Amino acid sequence: MSANPAVQTSRAPGAAFILKKALVSAFVALVLFSLMIGVRTEAGPQGQLVYWTRFGDLAAMVGAVFGGSIIIELLRQWWGPVDTVKVVPASVQRGLSLAGRLLPPVLLVFTFLVPVLFYNERYILDLAILVLTYVMLGWGLNVVVGLAGLLDLGYVAFYAVGAYSYALLATNFGLSFWICLPLAGILAAFWGVLLGFPVLRLRGDYLAIVTLAFGEIIRLVLINWQSLTGGPNGVTGIPRPTLFGIPLSPADDGLAALLGIEFSPTHRIVFLFYIILALALLTNWVTIRLRRLPIGRAWEALREDEVACRALGINTTTTKLTAFATGAMFGGFAGAFFATRQGFISPESFTFHESALVLAIVVLGGMGSQLGVALAALTMIGGFELFRGLDQYRMLVFGMAMVLLMIWRPRGLIGHRAPTVFLKHSQAISSDLVKEGHG
Amino acid sequence: MDYFAQQLINGLVLGSIYGLIAIGYTMVYGIVGMINFAHGDIFMIGGFIALITFLILVSFGLTAIPLILLVVLLVSMAITALYGWTVERIAYRPLRHSFRLAPMLSAIGMSFVLTNYSQVAQGARVKPVPPIITGGYTLHEGAEGFVVQLSNIQIIVVVTTVVLLALFTWLVSSTRLGRDMRACEQDQTMASLLGVDVDRTISMTFVIGAALAAVAGMMYLLYYGLVDFFMGFVAGIKAFTAAVLGGIGSLPGAMLGGLLIGLIETLWSAYFSVEYKDVAAFSILIVVLIFLPTGLLGRPEVEKV
Repeated sequence: MSANPAVQTSRAPGAAFILKKALVSAFVALVLFSLMIGVRTEAGPQGQLVYWTRFGDLAAMVGAVFGGSIIIELLRQWWGPVDTVKVVPASVQRGLSLAGRLLPPVLLVFTFLVPVLFYNERYILDLAILVLTYVMLGWGLNVVVGLAGLLDLGYVAFYAVGAYSYALLATNFGLSFWICLPLAGILAAFWGVLLGFPVLRLRGDYLAIVTLAFGEIIRLVLINWQSLTGGPNGVTGIPRPTLFGIPLSPADDGLAALLGIEFSPTHRIVFLFYIILALALLTNWVTIRLRRLPIGRAWEALREDEVACRALGINTTTTKLTAFATGAMFGGFAGAFFATRQGFISPESFTFHESALVLAIVVLGGMGSQLGVALAALTMIGGFELFRGLDQYRMLVFGMAMVLLMIWRPRGLIGHRAPTVFLKHSQAISSDLVKEGHG
Repeated sequence: MDYFAQQLINGLVLGSIYGLIAIGYTMVYGIVGMINFAHGDIFMIGGFIALITFLILVSFGLTAIPLILLVVLLVSMAITALYGWTVERIAYRPLRHSFRLAPMLSAIGMSFVLTNYSQVAQGARVKPVPPIITGGYTLHEGAEGFVVQLSNIQIIVVVTTVVLLALFTWLVSSTRLGRDMRACEQDQTMASLLGVDVDRTISMTFVIGAALAAVAGMMYLLYYGLVDFFMGFVAGIKAFTAAVLGGIGSLPGAMLGGLLIGLIETLWSAYFSVEYKDVAAFSILIVVLIFLPTGLLGRPEVEKV
């Protein structure tokens, strides 16, 4: 009985506790922000540095931290400890699972109809193409991170390889998009294997850093190898894709002229939209099929426990390499598409931010869930578009969201893919079952 | 030969800076087993705080350079250490028992936050400062008129590094805190059973790592005369490479790795190409991890189930 009041106080700390905590937070914030926000430096007209104070901003920030700290503490009390399971009523649960099953087909049909519904809204079509590109990249990276559990921070390297493969093959040798697309995929997969070989023995964190270094190396080479890649100026005049050799242009042999309809630049946008939709669906279909094959099972097993995997006789080398190659190939496809859509590429499009964005999409989507990744791409790219005006705060918010997501829902906001095969219930194995010659 | 000697000096100075950052990586990895991806940005914050403190002191009319340097050093170490503490408290402590990739992803997020925070707070342009410490010694005058020089700032960087390193080695080997740190490195559960406050020890590890990174940031500012919000990324990867090269978890290894990376980068720029110096550093990271995963002074890691 005597322990009861103590438990009570620890569960619901009083106002004094909250206030004290908020005051400490505010003091820490004051010291942290004192120089970085309280003082602003800038190079003056003669090149020497000048500074001016911004105590108002500083006070506002400290006040925000103070208030925020109180609110978080109150929310925490209201919500209870993090690991308590909230019981959802059965009817709601059934409704949710029905919605979960209906959502993919509805979403797919809607996506198919986007060019019809928004035919005259160029902005929405462009945005839809961008979202689909990221959906495809997310699904591609999902093979590596979500299924095989290999943290790849250099995925943008394969995107770059695909884009430059198409751009250089098309501008130098005049090859068409449809010939270059598989070539770009193969080249990217080849680079995936090339990267995969050395990093096979590395553990999660090391692997992440090495892939990051690899991505940076590719970018630096693209910048500096001016004779081949044009350096920072990039490659311009990348040809647009054709429909079986028929260009979508106002020319006499263009598609519009052949069909006898009036030419409109929207035709090409719609065409691009369906190309990327087809590519994304291909990625999705291949991933789903692969997941049912032994190799897919091996990927999931590798993600859950590498040591156990090896003990069971799975060849971890080939398993990792195929994961890398498959993911890289889809990255290459997406890159080739990116190049043909933009008509211009430069190393600036392939920075670490891009890798982190795709990775965040996969993590937000719940690492392994196909639907989750698609919804996450829609949320992220859509969110970025909404806050386009607040450009400089964008990455700040993005970083904070990533930290909060890891604390709050480390397995992803939307869904989480459990292993496809697992033991339904744990089973005690008696010793007479595993005697010599019987096990 | 003179050219080589000059590059050697430059490389050692650069290597000292990398070594100071690398210690932060290696300590955190040794104790928590995670790569503190935001550490490079802590270094950048340290540089910024040193710059701002310096500006304020100069505008107050202080002229005694040694006094200014001392105050700048202490202020930037203190505030940056608090940044290190806060980052650990917000982004890493809640994840201590989370799944494998969570701390890494959280660290990447934190790195973005710090980079863009200083971009928003201080602007995107490079901040140059006039040379604060000038002068130096001519060591050797070559026949073709090439002069090997050792500037005062280079001496200060190296001396500061050596002093801090001695202080730090003493801290780890002969104080209560150092003993706690080594205990946590071996076995956190056991250490906590024996009365070591694991949370506090880990916090202190981040604080010390950040303070050393702040010194590195200040030395970078003095040596190169500029800071910008993006400098933490590349410097961070190079320092991490240094930590891996020296054997992650090993403190002398981090310093050795830092010196080697500094030398390699400088000599590469001097004899091959400046454009590819980062490529060289990143390639070393990959090559080391393939052929020498435990680094020069590291212990082999035993995989436990």
